[in-house]
Amino acid sequence: MFDLDRWQEILNAIKQNKFRSILTAFGVFWAIFMLVVMTGAGNGLINGVTSGFKDFATNSAFMWSNRTTIAYQGYDRGRWWSINNDDMETIRTEIEGVDVISPRLQGWNLREGQNVVRGEKAAAFNVMGDYPQYRKIDPCTMPWGRYINDEDIKLKRKVCIIGENVYDVMFEEGEDPVGTYLRINGVYFMVVGVFKSNNPNINIGSNKKETIYLPFTTMQQTFNYGDEVHFFGFTAKPGVNVQGIVDEIKPLIKKHHKIAPEDEEAIGGFNVQSELQTMEYTFLGINILIWVVGIGTLIAGAVGVSNIMLVIVRERTREIGVQRAIGARPAIVIGQILTESVFLTTVAGFLGLAFGTLILHLTDLALSAAAAGAPEDEMTFFANPEVGLPLAIAALVMLILVGLFAGLIPAMKAVRIKPIDALRHE
Amino acid sequence: MSNSIIKVEGLHKSYQMGNNALHVLKGIDLDIKAGEMVSIMGSSGSGKSTLLNILGILDNHDRGSYYLDSVKIEKMNETRAARFRNNYIGFIFQSFNLISFKNAMENVALPLFYQNVSRKKRNMKALEYLDRLGLKEWANHLPSELSGGQKQRIAIARALISEPKVILADEPTGALDSQTSFEVMDILQEVNQLGITVIIVTHEDDIAHRTQRIIRLRDGLIDRNELNGKYEPVAAGDIFTSN
Repeated sequence: MFDLDRWQEILNAIKQNKFRSILTAFGVFWAIFMLVVMTGAGNGLINGVTSGFKDFATNSAFMWSNRTTIAYQGYDRGRWWSINNDDMETIRTEIEGVDVISPRLQGWNLREGQNVVRGEKAAAFNVMGDYPQYRKIDPCTMPWGRYINDEDIKLKRKVCIIGENVYDVMFEEGEDPVGTYLRINGVYFMVVGVFKSNNPNINIGSNKKETIYLPFTTMQQTFNYGDEVHFFGFTAKPGVNVQGIVDEIKPLIKKHHKIAPEDEEAIGGFNVQSELQTMEYTFLGINILIWVVGIGTLIAGAVGVSNIMLVIVRERTREIGVQRAIGARPAIVIGQILTESVFLTTVAGFLGLAFGTLILHLTDLALSAAAAGAPEDEMTFFANPEVGLPLAIAALVMLILVGLFAGLIPAMKAVRIKPIDALRHE
Repeated sequence: MSNSIIKVEGLHKSYQMGNNALHVLKGIDLDIKAGEMVSIMGSSGSGKSTLLNILGILDNHDRGSYYLDSVKIEKMNETRAARFRNNYIGFIFQSFNLISFKNAMENVALPLFYQNVSRKKRNMKALEYLDRLGLKEWANHLPSELSGGQKQRIAIARALISEPKVILADEPTGALDSQTSFEVMDILQEVNQLGITVIIVTHEDDIAHRTQRIIRLRDGLIDRNELNGKYEPVAAGDIFTSN
């Protein structure tokens, strides 16, 4: 196997026709290069998209009210209505599959001019009302202080937690905000914490970084929302299908508010679980496409190698015949051709792998440089294009298999050469 | 009385050419003793190359029997045939058939490569044989840098290195001028004197007359099989006597 004479033959066959060998090897090189770059790019896309919602509750959904579209029980179509506290209570008690439910208020009308004031600083921010349970749906870390708690809800305390950007604007760098007061739309609230979402790319209702969260009950009372719930999120218990819960909740709410059971538009919603599933299928599709194209190209490359090996065998008919006459066993001839074919594909493939990895690395460097220069809250859809060791090992195994496959027909042809052919005079 | 090294009885061989069968050998009986030097002559188409191919286990015969060193040679798989060739037979070709990208030494060592002899050992042995044939200083030259006579001497060294019992030479002088031809024949005679059976296929009379026995083929049959009265053994030369 590692005898010098064997390699001498291989190198000679390649050297004899350098240009031809390079062109042949290029097919395999290109296939592996494409596979690596495309897989890397695909991974980059997946990394980029998924980095925005690392630990957002994937078994969750959000629902809200829309205008009705069907007249029902004396009500005209196009009626405005609102989900309310009673609905929340009903869902909590009647629907078993729900784990946590978190009603929310969205203060559209509160953000105006400079609605948030602290001393001489003033700016416009969104205001939302939340339950402590919301943290279970959209986890966050608290650089300062604490999250809203049950006591805040029960006592309707005038406290608030603020997003990162709110802190940056309203406070000096490094200043402890806990215990200070913000005037929000004319009412003073004590800051009890600063939150930093783990999933900055998922924003429902408003940009979280520029949002102030008040206790839900406090906000309902302070800003006259009555018993309205603007929208709510919930998570399903483990093993329960989110869509099943959505389908249970809808008739319940429709009955409460005298909405036609067949009115599909009246309740809006966003099912995180099914959206993620769609996304996963998209990624799966991308991966399948990459592999189909990559392997197709690799097969094309292998056919090229096989073809050239056939030509080499034909050119060397005489030589192979002489070798057979002086005692080369068929196994030696087959081994020789297969080694040659595997050598050619593996070397070409490894160059492809190396070059592809280099390109990905350069892209990664460029992306990192660009990301460092870009504003922090800009969304990225492409990050860390990379290929793992498993792919490299898979590629190696694949190359050896492809080489064997490509060498098989030429090797069989070489073995069929009768030594007599070498004896025949020209 | 010496033993038969090659014994052939009623050997038939035909080739299928489309719908016609070409009957090339039509019953050959042949008995060659160990240590003989024999030439096979005949016009083209007489079947001499076919006979040589069968004797060299490069081709199968259809009918009849062939014993090589008392072993019956029948249809066998290629792996066994290759082993037989490697151990029993040394080939010399008209067009030398050296491997173009291997130097003289590596060419000579090639049969030992197929016996899995280590590179160092086989190259040492190859050098030894090259030395005997006076080509030691050409050991690292490629065949393209050598003359015809030198190439044929390398081919002879290659045939000898596996220490065969029989040397089969197919028109060994066909591509050489007469001066070089006689030199090659001198060498072959000396090889013969080592006890190795030498069988030469040729159509040149003066080459045939340097062998002990001349077998003439005509139309697939042995026409004449006669001892050569003019045979003169060369004085034991200095090539292989050192052995």
